[in-house]
Amino acid sequence: MTGIAIAFLLLALVLVWGGLIASILFLRARTELVTYPPGGEDDDHREDEAPAIRDT
Amino acid sequence: MTTGSAPQTAAPPREQWTGQVGFILAAIGSAVGLGNIWRFPGVAYENGGGAFLIPYLVALITVGIPILFLDYAIGHRFRGSAPTAFRRLGGRISGRWLEGLGWFQVAVAFVIGLYYTVVIAWALSYFVFSFDLRWGDDPAAFLTGDYLQVSDPGFSFEFVPGVLIPLVIVWLVTIAVLAAGVAKGVQRANVIFLPLLVVAFAVLVVRALFLDGAAEGLNALFTPDWEALGDPNVWIAAYSQIFFSLSIAFGIMITYASYRKRKANLTAPGLVVAFANSSFEILAGIGVFATLGFFAFQQGIEVSELEGLTGVGLSFITFPAIVSQMPGGPIFGALFFGSLTMAGFTSLLSVLQVVSAAFQEKFGLTTRQAAIRVGGVSAILSVLIFSTTTGLLALDTADQWANNVGIVSSAVLTTILIVWVLRKGDELRFHLNSVSTFKVGKVWVFLVGILAPIVLAYMLISRIITLIVDGYADLPAWYLGIVGWGTIAFIIVAAVVFTMLRWKRDPNDFTAWPEYAPVTKETRS
Repeated sequence: MTGIAIAFLLLALVLVWGGLIASILFLRARTELVTYPPGGEDDDHREDEAPAIRDT
Repeated sequence: MTTGSAPQTAAPPREQWTGQVGFILAAIGSAVGLGNIWRFPGVAYENGGGAFLIPYLVALITVGIPILFLDYAIGHRFRGSAPTAFRRLGGRISGRWLEGLGWFQVAVAFVIGLYYTVVIAWALSYFVFSFDLRWGDDPAAFLTGDYLQVSDPGFSFEFVPGVLIPLVIVWLVTIAVLAAGVAKGVQRANVIFLPLLVVAFAVLVVRALFLDGAAEGLNALFTPDWEALGDPNVWIAAYSQIFFSLSIAFGIMITYASYRKRKANLTAPGLVVAFANSSFEILAGIGVFATLGFFAFQQGIEVSELEGLTGVGLSFITFPAIVSQMPGGPIFGALFFGSLTMAGFTSLLSVLQVVSAAFQEKFGLTTRQAAIRVGGVSAILSVLIFSTTTGLLALDTADQWANNVGIVSSAVLTTILIVWVLRKGDELRFHLNSVSTFKVGKVWVFLVGILAPIVLAYMLISRIITLIVDGYADLPAWYLGIVGWGTIAFIIVAAVVFTMLRWKRDPNDFTAWPEYAPVTKETRS
């Protein structure tokens, strides 16, 4: 591969995959808000019917 | 919209994802579809190569992610499929006509579901064909002749068993998954197929990188052509790619967001979904162009001399030809067509969930009833129209109009009506920020209210003019009138008719949370 093509391949990986990694790290650090506005009781849940998945 | 004291005893419990991860996987499964594999690599190559990265990222950040957030905000705040959410968003008066925009989106999704299944059926067939390289020495002749048995444009009822059988299988599996519900069906399918897709495609990419000529292919894809950045068409190509790739503006993300619990982070997972979608596109670009480099090397030509670099041509003509020449070709072919099938299937589920959810809510159907009725009607139409000898032409034409006219007008209408006519931009921004950890500034309202409609309206108008003046794919005008414009006419009629039908249960019997003070004062009657 030519130098410039390698540079752009790496740039694409850094920006796009880097963006993915950064957004995952951001979400892990701030998964949910600590305090919500009052109210907002949830509708009935159906978690018991679904496959178990560990939340982030 | 906020009715205050109305009791909600009649409200059926809303289905939910099992958590943030379930939602993220399903949303990525929806966004990562056929377009990531067969559209992005060729579009990037033809529009500046490495330099395309700049308009692509600009489009992602200025229109893709903002409209994704808009869909999330609408679906999550108003907790319904597109018609329900728009009806509630419009309030008791404007909601009556705004519901039509929701049904417009549902009708677009319905039409797309009819032919998207067909492409998955083809991919499934080719997955099987990979094992004995059944396409032989001339994959182009095999596709249109032996496999699809394509005849002249028109309407035939001569069924092609090779398409009919996998198509029926795809429909049966799809209906079964939809009938199982959001958590046990759609989410579970994504939890299985999305990781499998990533692993299968990663293996394919690694194999492709070790082929002779792979480096030449990557040179072709990544060498920047800076002059392209001065060409407005390159920028429009970037906005189109981002727009069509993210599954935005036709109800999918509204519907998916509505299944999240009320206290759920929206924007931060949205960023993960958007970047995961683009990450898969980059991966696909590397895999596809490394493979194309090998193909050019085998023929002793330049990558630039190759034809069939996108869409059906890339997947069902170019790739089979490459697989035939490759050591270990059958395994490579199976990985490619298996990936195509899985990527398509998880996107298909999201498209049909839009239709199923809308019918459940308006007509008080259960998940299973809606899946069987909507899926049954769709399956019959899909088989009648697309598994015949005229199926390929009908598919190509309907796809061109449903996407470029249908989805783009839906996006233009949504952004203009919500931000300009109903002035809900601030309320939706308030909603996103009330529940999310990644805050959006006022610039978000500018992006969805001004930049997005300008860019998308330009795309829409220029495409309509091209379709009227130049036609499409050298097909006769009468045929384009019936299949192309007829698709749009069907979508509009369906939107009007379904908006006028009675609700089984009053959709306005609902309170948006959290309360947005300025708006509730204005709209309470």
